[in-house]
Amino acid sequence: MTGPSLPTAQVAANLLAARARWHPLEFAFWLTAFAAIWLLPNRHLILTEIAWLGLFALSLDLILGYAGIISLGHAAFFGVGAYAAALLAKHGLINEPVLALIAAGAIAGLVGFATSFLVLRGSDLTRLMVSLGVALILRELANQFSWLTGGADGLQGVTMQPILGRFRFDMFGHNSYVYALLVLFVLFLLARRLMASPFGLSLVAIKGNPLRARALGISVEARLVAIYTVAAFYAGIAGGLLAQTQAFASLDVFSFDRSADLLLVLIIGGTGYLYGGLIGAVIFKLMQDFLATLTPQYWPFWIGLLLVLIVLVGRERMRRWARPVRVLAAKLDWRRPAAEQAR
Amino acid sequence: MTAALQTFGLVRRFGGIAATNNVGLTIEAGARHALIGPNGAGKTTLINLLTGVVRPTAGRILLNGEDITRLPPHQRVRRGMARTFQISQLFADLTPLETVGLAISERRGDGGDWWRVAGSKPGLNAEIAEILDRFRLSAVMHERVATLPYGRQRLLEIAVAIACRPQVLLLDEPAAGVPDHERQEILASIAALPDTVTVLLIEHDMDIVFSFARKISVLVNGALLTEGTVEEVSRDPRVKAVYLGETAHA
Amino acid sequence: MLTILFDGIAYGMLLFVLACGLSVTLGLMNLINLAHGAFAMAGGYALVILVNNYGVPFWAALPLAFVVSALLGLVLEKTLYVHVYRKSHLDQVLFTIGLVFMAVAMADYTMGMTQVFARVPPELQGQLQVFGIGMGRYRLLIIVICGALALGLQYVLVHTRFGSRLRAAVDDQRVARGLGINVGHIFTLTFAFGSGLAGLGGALGTEILGLDPAFPLKYMIYFLIVVTVGGTSSITGPFLASLLLGIADVAGKYYVPKLGAFVIYTIMIVVLIWRPQGLFTRTAAR
Repeated sequence: MTGPSLPTAQVAANLLAARARWHPLEFAFWLTAFAAIWLLPNRHLILTEIAWLGLFALSLDLILGYAGIISLGHAAFFGVGAYAAALLAKHGLINEPVLALIAAGAIAGLVGFATSFLVLRGSDLTRLMVSLGVALILRELANQFSWLTGGADGLQGVTMQPILGRFRFDMFGHNSYVYALLVLFVLFLLARRLMASPFGLSLVAIKGNPLRARALGISVEARLVAIYTVAAFYAGIAGGLLAQTQAFASLDVFSFDRSADLLLVLIIGGTGYLYGGLIGAVIFKLMQDFLATLTPQYWPFWIGLLLVLIVLVGRERMRRWARPVRVLAAKLDWRRPAAEQAR
Repeated sequence: MTAALQTFGLVRRFGGIAATNNVGLTIEAGARHALIGPNGAGKTTLINLLTGVVRPTAGRILLNGEDITRLPPHQRVRRGMARTFQISQLFADLTPLETVGLAISERRGDGGDWWRVAGSKPGLNAEIAEILDRFRLSAVMHERVATLPYGRQRLLEIAVAIACRPQVLLLDEPAAGVPDHERQEILASIAALPDTVTVLLIEHDMDIVFSFARKISVLVNGALLTEGTVEEVSRDPRVKAVYLGETAHA
Repeated sequence: MLTILFDGIAYGMLLFVLACGLSVTLGLMNLINLAHGAFAMAGGYALVILVNNYGVPFWAALPLAFVVSALLGLVLEKTLYVHVYRKSHLDQVLFTIGLVFMAVAMADYTMGMTQVFARVPPELQGQLQVFGIGMGRYRLLIIVICGALALGLQYVLVHTRFGSRLRAAVDDQRVARGLGINVGHIFTLTFAFGSGLAGLGGALGTEILGLDPAFPLKYMIYFLIVVTVGGTSSITGPFLASLLLGIADVAGKYYVPKLGAFVIYTIMIVVLIWRPQGLFTRTAAR
C-alpha cells in the first residue's frame, strides 16, 4: 500500500499541495520574460505584442483547455476591451490607463456574462456558431456605429496618459512592455490560483464528464458561466492592452481571422496547463515576423497549412515528440519527493 | 414515518413507448431494496428518472418527503441522493485522489471556492484518506483513472458516491463487467455500507440480490410486476415465468 | 413587396443549394466542415474563367462548375477529409479552417482580390413580367434550377435505394455497416455531390452575391445558420430554413437598412435559444 512511513492522509495532503506549487521551469520562464526588459531593449515592441497575445490565448485556454468550450468568436471580448479602452482614453472618461484597463476588462466581462447563457446550450456546433455569431454581430455593430468607433478607418485620435501618472507610453515600447508584462503576470497568478482551487478542479471534471459532474452535485451551468465571464474579462484586458499600447483600435479586433489565429496560438502551445497560450504566442509571433518578411500578402496560406498539418499529424503524436522536454521537466521537478513517497 | 424515497404514478414515454409505466415505489429509510427485471424492463430509465437525468412525462418523486420531481440532478445530489452508473462514469484524466477529493469538497460546499488551494482546508485530507483506504484505492490514488483496471474503476465509482454521504444511494449494477477475481471486493464494499444509508440496488445477478436485499421489486416492460420480501418474490410463479429463458448467471 | 418576396425566395433557394451539402455531411459523418464555402468559390471561379476567358457558353459552364467542384470534393475527401472523420470536433474545426485559409490565399494569388462577375447571357438579363410583377430573369433562373434540384434531391432521398441507404447511414452508421451498406462509399459520393452542389450554387451566385477570394469566409456563417436552424435530418429542414433566412435577410436589408445585417444573426440566436437542435429536426425517439 502506501510507503512504510506515511499515512494515507499525509500522502494525500502532499499530493494535493504539490498541484499548486511552482515547477522550476515556471520560475525560469518568468525570469526570462522579466529579464527581457533589460536584455532585449530593441525588441520591446514585439515583446509587448507577445504579452497581450499571450494573455488573449490564456483567456481562451480557460474556456477551451479547462472547460472544453470550443469558441470561434473569442475575439468578441477582445474587441470590446480594445474599443472600450480606446474610447475611455479618447474621450477622457478614465485617464489613468490602469483604471481604464480594468474598466475595459469589466465591460468585456459583462458582455461575456450576457452571452454565456447562449453557449451553455446545444452541441459543439451550436456553441461554435453562437460564439462566431456574437463576434460578427459586434463587428457589425462597430461598423454601423462609425460615429463612435470610427468605422472601417478605425478609431483615430487616441492619446494615452502616463501609466500611474508617471510612465509615458513611448514609441519604442519600453514602458509598454513592462506594463503589459506586469498585467500579464498578475492575471496569470490569478489564473493559476483559480485552476489550483476546487473550482478549477471542478472545471476539469466538467470538461471530462459533465454527467458525472452533475451526479456529484456540481451545478455545471453556474461554473461554466463563471469561467466564461472570467475568460471574457481576461480577453477584454488583452484587447485593452492592444488599444493602449498602440493608441488605436480598428474593426479587425473583432475579425474571424483573429479568433482563428488565436486557436492556432493555443494549439501550438498546448491546452490545459496555462502556459500553452504564452508559449504559443511566442512561437506564433516569431513565426509571423519571419514569414511576413517572405510573403506578406499570402501569410494566411502558411497559417492554414500549419493548421492542416497539425491536425493530420495529430496532437497526440506531437505530444509524444515533446516527451524529451517533459522527461527533462520531470527530472527538474523539485516537488517530486512528495509524489515519490506515494508509490 | 416518511419513506426515504417514494414515487407516485411515474411515467416516461419515448414517442409511443412507455419506458416507465405508472411506477409507484416506496422505499423505507435504511432499506436494502433491490430492483430486478429482464433486459429492457426499464430499470436504468427508472434510475435516470429518480436522479433527474431524464424528466418524467407524468408522476411525482419524493425524497424524504420533499417533492423533487422538478429538481435538476445536481440539486437532488445536494439533498442527499447519490448514484453509480452501470457503465462507469468517471473522470478519465483525474486521479482517484482528485476525484474523491472533488466529491467531498463539493459536498462540504467548498466546490465553488476559487481562491484556496484544493486540499488545503483542514479535515478534508483525513476524510479523503478514510474513503480511499476503505475502498483499497490508496495504492493507486495518484494514477490516472483511465489507466486503472476496470475493477478498481468500479470501486472508485462506488467510493465517489459514498463520498457524497448520501442518505439514498442508487447502485446501477455495481459489479457489471467486473472480472471474477475483482468482484469480491465490490460485493464486500456494498455489504459494508452503513445502516444509515438507504440503498436501492439494480441487479441482474440473483446471487448478489439474495445475499444483499431485504425487499425486491420486479420491473417488467416499465411497470412493477410485484414487490415483496426475498422469499415471497423468489417463490412467485410470475417472476419465474418472466425469467424463464434468462440464464440467472452466478 | 412582392418583388422583395421574390428576391428573398431566390436568395433563399440559392442558400439552400449552397448549404445542403454541408447539412448532409454534418448529419452523415458528424463532420463540421467550415471549408464548405471553398467548394462554392471553386465553382464560381470555374464559371467565371470558363465564360470570360474561354468563351464557354453560360449554360454549358454551369454544369461544368458543378463537375469541377464535385471532382475537387472527391479528391479532397479521399486524400484529406477521410483522416479527420474520427477526430474531435475541435480538430475538425482547426483542420477545415486551415483549408479555408489555404483556399482563400490560393484564390487571392491566382485571381486577385477584386470581385469578378461572369458574363451573363442576354436572355438572362433584365426582367420578365409575370402577373404584373417584375421578376428578374436571372433570379427566376435560380428559382427554377434550385427548386428542381430540391425536388430531385427529395426524390432521390425518399424514393431510391441510394437514398434509403444514405438515410440509414445518417441514422446509425454502425447498424448500416452491419447491414452491408458500404458507408465509406456513401461518404465519398455524398461529399463529392454536396461539394458539386456548392460549386453550382457558387457559380449561380456570382451574379447576386459577388465573387472574391473572401467568399468562403464571408458566407460561412450563412451556411452554418442554415444547417443549425434547418437541422441535419432531412432535406426539407434546410430548405425551409434557407427560404426563411433568404426572405428575412432581403426584407431586413430593404426595410431596415441600418439594421438589416442583424436580422439573420438575431434569428440565429433566437432559434438557438428556443430550440437548440434546430427548427425542423424531428426529435429522435431514442
